[in-house]
Amino acid sequence: MPNTFEGTDFITIRDKTREELEIVMDKARQMEQYRNVGTDSARGHLMGTLFFEPSTRTRISFQAAMKRLGGDTVGFPSPEGSSVQKGETLADTLRTVSQYVDILVLRHPSEGSAKLAAELLDIPVMNGGDGSANHPTQTLLDLYTIRKELGKIDGKTITLAGDLRYSRTTRSLARALTRFDVELILNSPEQLKMKEDLLVELEEKGLSPKETNDLESSTAEADLIYATRIQKERFPDISEYKKVAHAYEIDKDLLEKNGEPLLLHPLPRVNEINTDVDDMDNTVFFNQAGNGVPVRMALISLLLDLPGR
Amino acid sequence: MTPDKQKMKITRIENGTVIDHINPGSALKVFGILGLDEDEESSITIAIRVNSGKMSEKDLLKIEDKFLTPKESAMIALISPRATINIIRSFEVDEKHPVELPEKLTGIFDCDNPNCITNQDREPVEPQFEVAEKEELSVRCLYCDNLMDEGQVTHQLIQES
Ligand SMILES: [Zn+2]
Repeated sequence: MPNTFEGTDFITIRDKTREELEIVMDKARQMEQYRNVGTDSARGHLMGTLFFEPSTRTRISFQAAMKRLGGDTVGFPSPEGSSVQKGETLADTLRTVSQYVDILVLRHPSEGSAKLAAELLDIPVMNGGDGSANHPTQTLLDLYTIRKELGKIDGKTITLAGDLRYSRTTRSLARALTRFDVELILNSPEQLKMKEDLLVELEEKGLSPKETNDLESSTAEADLIYATRIQKERFPDISEYKKVAHAYEIDKDLLEKNGEPLLLHPLPRVNEINTDVDDMDNTVFFNQAGNGVPVRMALISLLLDLPGR
Repeated sequence: MTPDKQKMKITRIENGTVIDHINPGSALKVFGILGLDEDEESSITIAIRVNSGKMSEKDLLKIEDKFLTPKESAMIALISPRATINIIRSFEVDEKHPVELPEKLTGIFDCDNPNCITNQDREPVEPQFEVAEKEELSVRCLYCDNLMDEGQVTHQLIQES
C-alpha cells in the first residue's frame, strides 16, 4: 500500500480520517520494538525543532523520537537568543531553517502558525502546538494510549474531566473520538464547560456527549477518565478556584470505590490528581507521556517515508 | 401621492450601481463597509425600509459612477445575502445579478482573534475564512479555527473600510 503520508504535513486532527489515525497508531506499535534500542532508518536525516514557546515534554519527546530513529535534531528550545528576537518574521525564520533540515516541528504562540509553515515550506511540518488551537501529536498519543491500554477504542466509555472549555487537549481529543464508536461523558465545573460550537459539532458527527458535574458517577460509568488541569487564571477569585479544584480532585479512594477506571492526564498535573494514586496499576499518565516517543517515531517515519517493516 | 410621484423621490442615475433588496435596515451597514462616507465624489441615494411588494420591505442604495469589485460584492453578500446588484449604463440596467457569497473568503476582513497568525505584523499571510453557516451567517478562520458570526464580521468589515 502506498504511503499517503509521504511529504505531507501534520497540522490538525480536524482533517484526519479514522483510517489515517489508525495508520499512525499501527506504525507506532511497530516502533515500540525500537523505542529503547533504537534503529537507523533515519540515519542522515535532520529534524528542525523550532520552539518559540518552551515545552519540556513535547520537545524532548520529539527529539528522543528522531534520535531513536537514528536521525538528529537541530533547533532552539525557546525564542531567547534566536533571530526572532531581532525582529525576524516567523516566515523568514522558517524559510531559512528549512534550507538546513528535512523535517520540522514547530511550536509557536500564534494560532495558525503551523498551517502557515506548511504552506510556505516544501518539507514536512509537524505542529508541536500553535497557541490554543491545536496540538495534534498530543491527541495521537492519547488515542494510542487508550488503544494500547484498553485493547481498542470502540465500545468504551470515556470521561473527560476538568477544563473542557480552554484546554486544547480535551477539545482536540473529543473531536478525534468522533471517528470512533464511544460513549463520551463530559464532567466539568460550570465555568469550564465545553463550548457550544464544539458540542454542536460532536452532536453532528453522531457523538452525543452526556454532560455532568458529578465526579462519582462519571468515574463509575467510565472505562477511562481523561483529566486535565484546572488553571487558577480561569477564575475571577481564588476562593472560587479552590472550591472547584477541590471538588475535582481525583484520588485513590474515588477510583477504588468506582471500579478503578484507567486514568490519563496530559501533564503537568497540579492538584487535580492526588499523588496517592501513583502506585495504582490503572494510573498510566507517565506511560502516556512515554507513548509520545513511538507515536512521534511513527509520524516522522511516515512523513519522511523512512524504510522499515 | 400617485405611485408615479412616489417613484420620483428616488433619483435615476445615468451610470453606476443600484444595490437592491438589501435586508431592511442594513443599507447603512453596506454604506459603511463600502467606505462611502469617505467618498466625496459620487452622488448617493439611500432608501431604507421601502415597500418591495408582497408585504415586505427592503433597503436600497444607488451610487452614481461606482462599479463594485468582486471583493465589495462578497462583502455585501456577507451582511445581506439576498441583495441584487444592478449595473446601470446610460440610464438602462445593463446587468443584473444576485450577490454571491464565495465558499472561501480571502483578504476581505481580518480575523478577530488577536492571537491568530493572520494578525501578526509583517507575516506574509492573508486572512482566509470558509463559510460555516450560510443562513445564520457564521464563518470559520482557516488558520485559527475562530468562528465569527454576522455581527462580528460586520464589525470587522466596517473597521476596515
Ligand atoms: Zn484566525
